[in-house]
Amino acid sequence: MTRELVRRLPELVSLAVVAGVLVALPFLLSSYNVSLAAQVGIFFIAVLGLNILTGYSGQISIGHGAFMAVGGYTTAVLSRDHHMNLVLTMVLAFAICFVLGLILGLPALRLSGVYLALATFAFAVSVPLLPLQWSTFLGGSGGVQTSRTVTDLWVYGVAWTCSAILFVLAWLVLRGRMGRAFRAVRDSEIAAVASGIELPVYKTLAFGISAAYAGVAGSLFVLATNGFAQPSEFSVFLSLQLLVGAAVAGLGSLWGILAGAAFIGLLPQVSTSVPVIGSDHGRDVVFGLMVVLVMLLLPDGFAGLLARLRGLART
Amino acid sequence: MSTLAGIPQPPGLRTRGAALASGPIPVTLLLVAAAVFLLVGSLRSTTFAQLTVQGLAVGAVYGSLALALVLVYRATHVINFAQGELAMATTYIAYQLIQWGLSYWEAFFATLAAAFVLGTLLEVAVIRPVQHRSVIATVIVTVGLFVLIDGIVNWVWGGDFKFMHSPFGTGAFHVGRVAILHLYVGMLAVVFVCVLLVWALFRFTKLGLGMRAAALRPAAAALVGVRVDRMLALGWGLAAVLGAVAGLMAEPSQLFLSPTLMQQILVYAFAAAVLGGLESPAGAMVGGLGIGVLLNLMVGYVPAIGSELQLPFCFALLLAILLVKPAGLFGRREVRRV
Repeated sequence: MTRELVRRLPELVSLAVVAGVLVALPFLLSSYNVSLAAQVGIFFIAVLGLNILTGYSGQISIGHGAFMAVGGYTTAVLSRDHHMNLVLTMVLAFAICFVLGLILGLPALRLSGVYLALATFAFAVSVPLLPLQWSTFLGGSGGVQTSRTVTDLWVYGVAWTCSAILFVLAWLVLRGRMGRAFRAVRDSEIAAVASGIELPVYKTLAFGISAAYAGVAGSLFVLATNGFAQPSEFSVFLSLQLLVGAAVAGLGSLWGILAGAAFIGLLPQVSTSVPVIGSDHGRDVVFGLMVVLVMLLLPDGFAGLLARLRGLART
Repeated sequence: MSTLAGIPQPPGLRTRGAALASGPIPVTLLLVAAAVFLLVGSLRSTTFAQLTVQGLAVGAVYGSLALALVLVYRATHVINFAQGELAMATTYIAYQLIQWGLSYWEAFFATLAAAFVLGTLLEVAVIRPVQHRSVIATVIVTVGLFVLIDGIVNWVWGGDFKFMHSPFGTGAFHVGRVAILHLYVGMLAVVFVCVLLVWALFRFTKLGLGMRAAALRPAAAALVGVRVDRMLALGWGLAAVLGAVAGLMAEPSQLFLSPTLMQQILVYAFAAAVLGGLESPAGAMVGGLGIGVLLNLMVGYVPAIGSELQLPFCFALLLAILLVKPAGLFGRREVRRV
């Protein structure tokens, strides 16, 4: 037990430091920066969820922005129509997206690699159009407004509390039987089946969990934009962003996710003031360029970099 | 056949046998039936005829982009998510050349050349280093290119609508009571000429043979002296050319040029490529025409679908094809041996 503790000490210390910094941040930052930090927390949840699916069970998804949209609209509609407690709507968003993820995971069983990428991409493009079609219920292009709005500090607190809970949950799930099954499926489906793992169960389950995480992130995403759920907020760009975040974080590891979330949460804001390009388009140029560079230079993302540094420190 | 079920056969034999048993005949029947349906419908109703012709024209655009996707898939076994944005960017190059005083067709051919160079460069610079790593890594790189190209176009040309003169004028042919815009005939003609040229390149030249060999059996091709790397880069170049054709022909049918030109078309092209079987060039064209006509008739005749639900409908269609017949109409079923 003590040896286990000593071996885990660096990880525990770094977790404690991160937690301490997160608690202290709201006292140090301006309100605008707190909202940015909340944004990072929201992306943290979504990237964590995507990493469970893509990094651990080996199924690619370019459609997680659509699950975020479902979660966001769940919160907005429930709050508008039933004045429901906002935290409760997040729990419901988690549940609804979990079920939706299981349902979408079923066809995904027959797809893999590029085919799954295609199907989820089409999903990401399709979902934001639904509010335009059913505009009486889902508000059309104008969006849905929650019945009450919350402060940046509220979003910050709830986002990072959820992040902490969901991180621990993911860690527990992934280190146990289920996590081993996910990794076995990722590394070789045939070997996994031969060792008695029910492929359909674990593959759809990974989809469900991952979608549920995205759903919570989506609720918070809507609350962070003054409670407005709008189709344009959930464009395909959001899905691409999440995938990029997961890649930067490093697929198949939980330790880089903070870096991945900060990358996609902060870079678009920071790069609006790039000297030469400036303004909105600078964001996309810098963002796209960074993605390509990171993929070329850091094959395993930030987590891979950490592992490499640790290896250097040991020798 | 059934008595041999337990005995392992050489893979070549097995696939060839399977193709003969369940392969092209039902597909041919299906296509003939669809063609007859469209013809009869067009003879009975002018609206139907108009919608069909329009659908074929936009379908040619989808087919052209789908063909680009298929070429890339055959060469590097990856879907290029940036293909649509690349096509959009090259259309902007054509716009710029016309602004600088070139005639439409001069700009057209100059753009195709530029697209070829661009596609080849992209493969060499960013795809090749990650290609051997994993499908996920390569897909993420193409996603990065998607965002990057979008950003560059917005930066250089801005997000507002640009207008180009239609190369085919605004006139129409009259066949009976059906008016067919010159534009649609022109779109179909341009796409088919380009596709035929690409087909001829693959079918009749030594270079094409090399490219096919490199795509099919890279190791064996390298052993007989094919420069596999170079062939794959050329494949990307050709795909970019076909994408540019799609972009240039999509622009007049949408009436204006904007950075979102190809985003919906990309999804239709995905559906078309999957419908045809991701490995089959002919399938991509047939799939493109089919999707174009189907969507156009749907929007015309089923008010519940409307233009907003076109994409979700396409998503449902894509999913259905993948579930029912993952190999598409013309694809080979992949046999995975343990």
